[in-house]
Amino acid sequence: MSLLSVEDLVVRHGLLQAVRGVSFSVERGETLALVGANGAGKTTLLRAIAGAHQAASGRVVFDGADLSGVPSHERVRKGVALVPEGRRLFVQMTVEENLLLGRTAGRRGDWSVERVLETFPNLKPRRHAKAGHLSGGEQQATAIGRALMSNPDLLLLDEVSLGLSPLVVDRVYASLQGLISSGTTIILVEQDLNRALSVSNKVICMLEGRIALAGDSKNASRDEVTKAYFGLHRKAAGGVPA
Amino acid sequence: MSAASPVIERGTAASRIAGCGVAIIILLLALAPQFLSAGAVDRMTALFIYVILAAMWNALAGFGGLVSVGQQVFFGLGAYFAIRLANAGLNPFVSLFVSAVIVGAVSWPISLFMLRLRNGEFAIGMWVIAALTHLLVNLDRLIQGETGTSLISLNVYDASTRRLTIYWLALASMTALLAVLFGLLRGSTGAAIRAIRDNEDAAASIGVRVTGTKRLLFVLAAFGIGVAGALWLATSITFQPKTYFSVQWTAYMIFIVLVGGIGTFEGAILGALIFFLIETWFGGTGVWYLIGLGATALIFSLLLPRGLWGTLEERFGWRLLSVGYRVRLPVNASDTTGGTASPAQVTTSREKA
Amino acid sequence: MTNQIVQGILLGGYYALIACGLSFMFSVMRIINLAHGSLAVLSAFALWLLASRFHIPPFLGLAIVLPLMAVIGWALQRFLLERSARGGALLPILTTFGLAIVIDNVLFEQFGADTRSLAPFIGNLSYDSWEWPGSLYVGKLAVIIFVAAVVLLGGLQLFLTRTGLGRSIRATSEDPDTAGLVGVDVRRANAIAAAIAMVTVGLAGAFLGMRATFDPYAGATQLLFAFEAAVIGGAGSLWGTLIGGIVLALAQTLGAKVHPQGFLIGGHVAFLIVLFIRLYTSGLGLRGLLRFSTGKVP
Repeated sequence: MSLLSVEDLVVRHGLLQAVRGVSFSVERGETLALVGANGAGKTTLLRAIAGAHQAASGRVVFDGADLSGVPSHERVRKGVALVPEGRRLFVQMTVEENLLLGRTAGRRGDWSVERVLETFPNLKPRRHAKAGHLSGGEQQATAIGRALMSNPDLLLLDEVSLGLSPLVVDRVYASLQGLISSGTTIILVEQDLNRALSVSNKVICMLEGRIALAGDSKNASRDEVTKAYFGLHRKAAGGVPA
Repeated sequence: MSAASPVIERGTAASRIAGCGVAIIILLLALAPQFLSAGAVDRMTALFIYVILAAMWNALAGFGGLVSVGQQVFFGLGAYFAIRLANAGLNPFVSLFVSAVIVGAVSWPISLFMLRLRNGEFAIGMWVIAALTHLLVNLDRLIQGETGTSLISLNVYDASTRRLTIYWLALASMTALLAVLFGLLRGSTGAAIRAIRDNEDAAASIGVRVTGTKRLLFVLAAFGIGVAGALWLATSITFQPKTYFSVQWTAYMIFIVLVGGIGTFEGAILGALIFFLIETWFGGTGVWYLIGLGATALIFSLLLPRGLWGTLEERFGWRLLSVGYRVRLPVNASDTTGGTASPAQVTTSREKA
Repeated sequence: MTNQIVQGILLGGYYALIACGLSFMFSVMRIINLAHGSLAVLSAFALWLLASRFHIPPFLGLAIVLPLMAVIGWALQRFLLERSARGGALLPILTTFGLAIVIDNVLFEQFGADTRSLAPFIGNLSYDSWEWPGSLYVGKLAVIIFVAAVVLLGGLQLFLTRTGLGRSIRATSEDPDTAGLVGVDVRRANAIAAAIAMVTVGLAGAFLGMRATFDPYAGATQLLFAFEAAVIGGAGSLWGTLIGGIVLALAQTLGAKVHPQGFLIGGHVAFLIVLFIRLYTSGLGLRGLLRFSTGKVP
């Protein structure tokens, strides 16, 4: 059984259909990269899985349970954690307090404040600093750490490299590599195609709310994905669910 | 006719008929005292004052997005200044309107200050202003604290002249204030007002003068409520600060507008009529009447926040006194045979209040 | 003179008590509860009823009334505020105003227009005083109220910073959407915050009844006091509320010295002056006058 399966999902923003009938599934331990141009519906899709948007139709099934109508905090309890676009830290709270909030859902597991600080050593001296006073890289590390503190079965990462310097992005991805090899299931939205393909084992390219291309990251040619990205490649790969 | 071009129109056939209807109603109301008992004339005067209060509170809250629970300050000041002016020797009837002008002028500096507060802070800040003004008026020797005083100079007129004059003044004030508000909402200010009502920040970003427009509504509301306070003083003669500066007045305004339909021009009038009838029938039940008013306001705000008129308007596409524009989207040729668009196909610039 | 200042500071404790629930609710839910004062008076009447009819002394009665207030707060949030807040920022003002009218008039219907006090039920505590150096006489009750305010504010601060539930409430107040995404049940956090706020209101109502008199329509005045103290205290921390309460009380004391009817005027004027200064020094159109930071550092 797949850890996550998304079935014919439609999400609306007002009258606008941001996600229009998307289906795919993710197995345990997989890393799926969602790529696509701005406005392709990647963030909306991720947020719909996390419960921040309600689906207009279709289903999200996680670990065998239909998540329709389940509020976001319940989904965290079931093991879905989102690192939202723009980090969205609680800026008036300290790093430690932000991390501790991740424990609210009460899921047991290996993650602790100490382990997050081990994983992201740059946070160690900032433990009691207000999140609002952190650098971009430190904020991103805190946001990922906060999600990890809920010991998720599925980690959703939305544009973790946005607004960070290349050096910092390298460091963030180095930490992610550790998570991936430890078997955490991840869906990540990433603008940088090379990075997305190198870190993932599956890739889905979205275009105007639909899946334009889905396949293996190793086999997908960069050229093919780029074409799908700009809509030159509509359904060439059949848009088959990965 | 090109099938693709939408038709832009102001009002509907119904709204044109309504326009004529309004003129006839006003004429009938002006003649009504001939056929009414003295008591009925007094009640009608009260109704006109309620309509003014409701329309002015609605102008502020429904169109300006400024919910105030301190509007009694202008009601009380309207009466107070009238007392003061009449005491200084001005004709009492003239005093009523000069007083309202002063209230409008006083509201200007208050607006400079209060309009920088938002939502609940504005609401309760106005209440503080009302409480402070009440206390300060109490300090006036002429008023003698809570004992109060009377508009004695009105006694030179005999009772029936007084009653009729006040009736006509109230009717004329109501008509004029509603006309001003209507004109304001239809004109270019109206477009700004609706933009602010729908989304204040967006309106500001496209260059709508948000503060200026709000200030205009604030001063208009203060003036109108000042007129209402002065007229109320004329009907009851006595002035007790506690009565006039009571938050009850704002409670009435809120009840009327919530029930009638906040942000709709007609709603305030409909609400005032309903309030008038409820008061006539249940006013004697004292405290239960007030509990009923509060509970009704509570229930409307929870379950029917658009009020009666807003709900009817939405459901049936009604628009009698049209303050907005409506765009009729072209419909399929097969659908246009009837020549009328169903309400579902009519979108107007109005949105939620 | 010193005596009056000390009395004023102690009275400030009461204002801080009544204000902290108002600003706490505003910080978390962005709602100003116009029924705040009426609910405090409701609590006072409940204690009065328990004392006069069932001979339960007010301090014992709190054990019944405070849990009841918590339930009222929870229900208020779940059934009224949550629903009306969905209709925008203006609707909750109208909803809570309607609620205030209902509470006031139901109290009037039940208890009539007489002014009541809890003072007769707390024995000599209502008039006993301690003599402090410099021949200062301070009322025991006033000191108890002040200490209660300090303990309550400190306890609330500790709760918000040291407990998981407190952190959840702070997260909800900062960004409810994201709070949900990290696993906070936002509806529950709001309902608990409302319950806590109402417990503080209940306590304030009890002290109102003990130190003074009240009648069914006393709620409006208490609401204004709470609002003024909270705004004067400003956007600091919970402790700002205490400062706000003290400033309000001292201004009232000063007002009463200037003119026999100046007590309330002094408070209102102080409020307007502080508001004026804050409006013109902050420069920004004040978006959250009442909002306090719940963080450790102001």
